[in-house]
Amino acid sequence: MFSPLTIKRLKHFQSNKRGYWSFWIFLALFILTMGAEFISNDKPIFVSYNDHWYVPVFVSYPETDFGGDFQTEANYRDPVVADLINQKGFMIWPLNRYSYNTINYDLTVPAPSPPTRENWLGTDDQGRDVFARLIYGFRISVLFGLIITFFSSVIGVAAGAVQGYFGGTIDIVFQRFIEIWSGLPVLFLLIIMGSLVEPNFWWLLGLMLLFSWMALVSVVRVEFLRARNFEYVKAARAMGLPTPIIMFRHVLPNAMVATLTYMPFILNGSITTLTSLDFLGFGLPPGSASLGEMLAQGKNNLHAPWLGITAFIVIATLLSLLVFIGEGVRDAFDPRKSRR
Amino acid sequence: MSKDIILKVEELSVSFGESLAVNKVSFDVKRGETVALVGESGSGKSVSALSILKLLPYPYAHHPSGQILFEGQDVLKMSAEQVRSIRGGSIAMIFQEPMTSLNPLHTVEKQISESLFIHKGLTNHQAHERCLELLKLVGFAEPESKLIAYPHQLSGGQRQRVMIAMALAGDPELLIADEPTTALDVTTQAQILALLKDIQKKLNMSLLLITHDLGIVKHMSDRVFVMCNGVVRESGNTNDVLTKPVDSYTKMLLSAEPKGKPQTVSVDAQTIVSAEHITVGFPINKGLFRSKAGEFIAVNDISFSIRQGETLGVVGESGSGKTTLAMALLKLQESKGHINLLGQSLDGLSNRELRPHRRQMQVVFQDPVGSLSPRMSISQIIGEGVKLHGIAKTIDEIDDHVQVALQEVGLNPNVKDRYPHEFSGGQRQRIAIARALVMRPKLLVLDEPTSALDRAVQAEVIDLLRNLQNTHNLAYLFISHDLKVVRAMSHRIYVMLNGQVVEQGETEKIFTNPQHAYTQKLLSAAFDMRL
Repeated sequence: MFSPLTIKRLKHFQSNKRGYWSFWIFLALFILTMGAEFISNDKPIFVSYNDHWYVPVFVSYPETDFGGDFQTEANYRDPVVADLINQKGFMIWPLNRYSYNTINYDLTVPAPSPPTRENWLGTDDQGRDVFARLIYGFRISVLFGLIITFFSSVIGVAAGAVQGYFGGTIDIVFQRFIEIWSGLPVLFLLIIMGSLVEPNFWWLLGLMLLFSWMALVSVVRVEFLRARNFEYVKAARAMGLPTPIIMFRHVLPNAMVATLTYMPFILNGSITTLTSLDFLGFGLPPGSASLGEMLAQGKNNLHAPWLGITAFIVIATLLSLLVFIGEGVRDAFDPRKSRR
Repeated sequence: MSKDIILKVEELSVSFGESLAVNKVSFDVKRGETVALVGESGSGKSVSALSILKLLPYPYAHHPSGQILFEGQDVLKMSAEQVRSIRGGSIAMIFQEPMTSLNPLHTVEKQISESLFIHKGLTNHQAHERCLELLKLVGFAEPESKLIAYPHQLSGGQRQRVMIAMALAGDPELLIADEPTTALDVTTQAQILALLKDIQKKLNMSLLLITHDLGIVKHMSDRVFVMCNGVVRESGNTNDVLTKPVDSYTKMLLSAEPKGKPQTVSVDAQTIVSAEHITVGFPINKGLFRSKAGEFIAVNDISFSIRQGETLGVVGESGSGKTTLAMALLKLQESKGHINLLGQSLDGLSNRELRPHRRQMQVVFQDPVGSLSPRMSISQIIGEGVKLHGIAKTIDEIDDHVQVALQEVGLNPNVKDRYPHEFSGGQRQRIAIARALVMRPKLLVLDEPTSALDRAVQAEVIDLLRNLQNTHNLAYLFISHDLKVVRAMSHRIYVMLNGQVVEQGETEKIFTNPQHAYTQKLLSAAFDMRL
């Protein structure tokens, strides 16, 4: 299934312990946070009531279903509702009974409250559970980064491929455009554009994509410039293969090494940008779980160190893991190291 | 006599990691003598020579046994400091690739005087004088103008001369020349060899010559050591070894010269391709806006036609436009003129319109490493064209074609699932031929197909190409700088110089009775190493 070279590279990646373990730790954290609703939620995972089964995580049930008074969705954390259910059945709760936007109204001290048995990492200045916000924030950051990385790679590889393979005027025009475009102050532009529209996840994604696709263009372009004169590319042309197929099948594999090597670092960069936007208050809409917003709260509430410290540790760990993975991938693809 | 021995290598072994590259090799060089190490690629000749100056990637490379005595001292036991004082001083080395052996950012003077500063401790002025002297010694007519030149402003032969001047700067007693002329054209090769011989005599220097070319050995060396797979197979006086070889490997090397003649073409053979007035020009751009300032004519008004079963040989030195001509014929390079393939004109056709014609003309390149996509398996590489041109539809049919093609080029069909890097140079060239052949073309363009191969493999590939020509009645356009190979392959020959055909005619006529001065020069350089 894999070529011997790929197997060699995989082995080399495995032998880089730091990168290898970082990869597995990151993967575990990623998969765990993907199921954040099952770890930290203000709704039970499963309810048995009157011998009927309910899954509040997926379906919204009105309170009247459980014998309550209101037509609105049941608030399972309400002691009255909990009593009603527990009399005729049972509930299975997630590990942490808070979602990212659940406000703990039973705090004994004013918010932000320090870590307790109920709120493991304390609450923020609006009484929301820090642990819950952390999990959801981690998920949204990584997802955001992955989507941006994917789309910037696709656009960047395509743009680089076209410039490198055809060269000439196309190349010169695109290169000058990229030089100008990359000279724009990205963060300020994001802030300005973010104030024109109401930023949500997809708006931010689109705006950042406008600038992040350029990272890969130069490396891919160079590989294409180099490879278009290879003899097997000439042989493919002599064979009469259509240009898109030559580019995709014969030239692109040469650029894949550079692309894969860059990806973890692009991922890192986009997470950092999202975090800084959130920190400045121009990022995701108010109320969303985000690591940057938590950092901002930490800065505003220096008397509540659990906010700042938690956010710092999580962001630092996430970025370090990605850098270690990136280093491992880079070394594994390094021909000088993998040849032996 | 033992005083006269300047370098003595005894039972030297070299290992890279676990694998043994050189196994107990012994040889010696006397003062003022030329000794040749000869062998095919991978025989360990370069590695042995590099270990004399400890230039191998230590400690990955190491020496399980042996000693290298230079003037009685064991180089292998020396400290790094001592070795440095020998390098470029009493032992100097010149390498194969004159482009990459010179630093592109430094002028000729700077490169030469570097070793003068280090080894001789000369002042700026003295170094300048010595540089001029050295450049004169290596045959530059106007040394002043060359001192300020950068490597890219010099031709290949001139660069190699600068390399020799650099090597001579330290007044070496032993000069190691690692394939000094392999990357050069035949006429330049003859000049450089003559220069080396001349300098050696003048300075009474010893020369250790590493080469794969028995012609050079015969011409240059007093004694020869034949190496194969890391061991010395035979040694002795050059004349004795070359005329009365004892070892089977030496015999094989000597008999590996390309031989034979192509089969005669029948009189009524159909014309496969005809090209008229092919001209290729590259624009020369100058100024801020890169406006076109002129045109470099790479191929100038060349016409030819090739009949079924016929080989047209194109010879010429690098830069003569032979490859450009082939690319123009294949419609991979824009050109003026008319090309007619199997009676149909290819002029002005778009890529899409050309596609059905492409099947009829295929190409095999020089570099067996670069001409196969490293990430595709053999069956993918060969099957690609079959699928594209609809020669076969189902996977099984394509597979049949691939297997037949592999058999035709003398490879086991079982290798089809392997990847290119698992094959040797000669096998890869066979795969490249199979890729072209599987499309059942009428015309095969062979661009230096044997130049990167060892002599013995070369002969095999030539035999294969001749057999394929006979069985399939193929027309060949055969491009090479190697006159021996061309002679063994072609019916007719075009001699190219600076984009023009200076002489053309029947192969034997040209070889026995060359008319044009350039052809005469080429032939005497190639066969007698004389100018």
